[in-house]
Amino acid sequence: MQTINLEAEGLRSMNAVLQAQAKDTNQTSWEIENPKGSHAIAVGLDAPIDVTVKGSTGYYCAGMNKQATIHIKGSAGPGVAENMMSGTVIVDGDASQYAGATGRGGLLVIKGNASSRCGISMKGIDIVVHGNIGHMSAFMAQSGNLVVCGDAGDALGDSIYEARLFVRGSVKSLGADCVEKEMRPEHIQILRDLLDKAGCDAKPEEFRRYGSARQLYTFKIDNAGSY
Amino acid sequence: MCGIVGLFLKDKSLEPKLGAMLTEMLITMTDRGPDSAGIAIYGSDADNMSKLTVQSDAPDKDFAGLDAVLAERIGSAVTLRRKDTHAVLEMEHAAVDAARAALGDLRPGVRVMSAGDTIEIYKEVGLPKDVAARFDLSKMSGTHGIGHTRMATESAVTTLGAHPFSTGTDQCLVHNGSLSNHNSLRRRLKREGVRIETENDTEVGAAYLSWKMQHGATLGEALESSLEDLDGFFTFVVGTKDGFGVVRDPIACKPAVMAETDQYVAFGSEYRALVNLPGIDTARVWEPEPATVYFWNH
Repeated sequence: MQTINLEAEGLRSMNAVLQAQAKDTNQTSWEIENPKGSHAIAVGLDAPIDVTVKGSTGYYCAGMNKQATIHIKGSAGPGVAENMMSGTVIVDGDASQYAGATGRGGLLVIKGNASSRCGISMKGIDIVVHGNIGHMSAFMAQSGNLVVCGDAGDALGDSIYEARLFVRGSVKSLGADCVEKEMRPEHIQILRDLLDKAGCDAKPEEFRRYGSARQLYTFKIDNAGSY
Repeated sequence: MCGIVGLFLKDKSLEPKLGAMLTEMLITMTDRGPDSAGIAIYGSDADNMSKLTVQSDAPDKDFAGLDAVLAERIGSAVTLRRKDTHAVLEMEHAAVDAARAALGDLRPGVRVMSAGDTIEIYKEVGLPKDVAARFDLSKMSGTHGIGHTRMATESAVTTLGAHPFSTGTDQCLVHNGSLSNHNSLRRRLKREGVRIETENDTEVGAAYLSWKMQHGATLGEALESSLEDLDGFFTFVVGTKDGFGVVRDPIACKPAVMAETDQYVAFGSEYRALVNLPGIDTARVWEPEPATVYFWNH
């Protein structure tokens, strides 16, 4: 176990050490002490290492993550795991706005609630929220899965493309072009797998699935010339 | 971008440390607002006494002998406590209106930052740490307080453009965000006879709340109606004589974190501002919901 005291080491130096880890490093387990809400902790990692952040974080923790498993033992500020490519990010507490935004791969697990714009423009990431999510979540979501064990706020999945949204509780309102869809056996299987990976004991059968009605002008071939 | 901090004490033993705690929180928010800083602090309530916090760009000249001439004019005792460019004038409650009116006459360069029984507002241009040092904020005690660090977007970097803005007796407002309909709302309020001094968007927000309350709304009701009438981005924190409130616009893109323990309720634009508060590791920490009015009272 390698320990870095963020207060003593400084942010840039700490991130540089973590970013420098090679894919076959034998220093696979790291602990960050005294995060104290600092921004941009453990960003841009690209090695199969485990990083535990011992407290709450500020903006953009674990952004652009590749391969690493980053565990935040507290709550996360805005933009946690933004643009994640692969790996796993786990938040023990709540996550602020736009958690997992634009993520292209990997798994983001939020054990508390996520606030507004969770999974905005997600492009392949899987996000599992044990609690509730706020308004405008999965706005323009393109692919990947968003699983919400609690309730969803207003305008869920507005202008959504091909991402799958699974919500166990209530949905305050659906956004433009987002509709409820049939839960078929393959969706139950995807959901069971994600809930299992996220350490959540909810039953897949209790969820409803939402996705794109594909009726917006972006889906009409006649509009292709506009782009 | 701006920074907001707020601290509402439940535990009286912390009151002597309010200024120190709030100052530390304020300085942590320097990155969010290095242009100017301000603080509203609610101190002890003396029977039948009120205070005006005033500011001058020429304090040596304006504050010299002000207590004596003011007392003579209003026929009531006045004490003056100067802090850098600000001064606190204390007088009997009944004499406040007369003193306010007389000030414009006696010292036209003096501007009233706040009026009330317990509120004092200090604000200036400069880095939060320098502003805090000028006013010796860390030595102040009180029951609750609100601070603001400003990164100006909608109007010039001036003392009057800094926050908090006074919204009425013992009331103040700080704002993170920008209002888009402040020009039309300013014109509307001016037609209603409301006095607005600057081109600042937040001053319009403050004047709007005061105007609503003058027409019978409670502060809570005024905040509720602000969600309808104000267009733009805002996280507001308001202070009253015995409490403080928080409201965010429905989009809620301006950040906000709150923490509560048996000893206090705290507000920060970011969690960083709260990390050195006592017992923060076991506090209930949450993000206030959009379009929801929160309020705490003593």
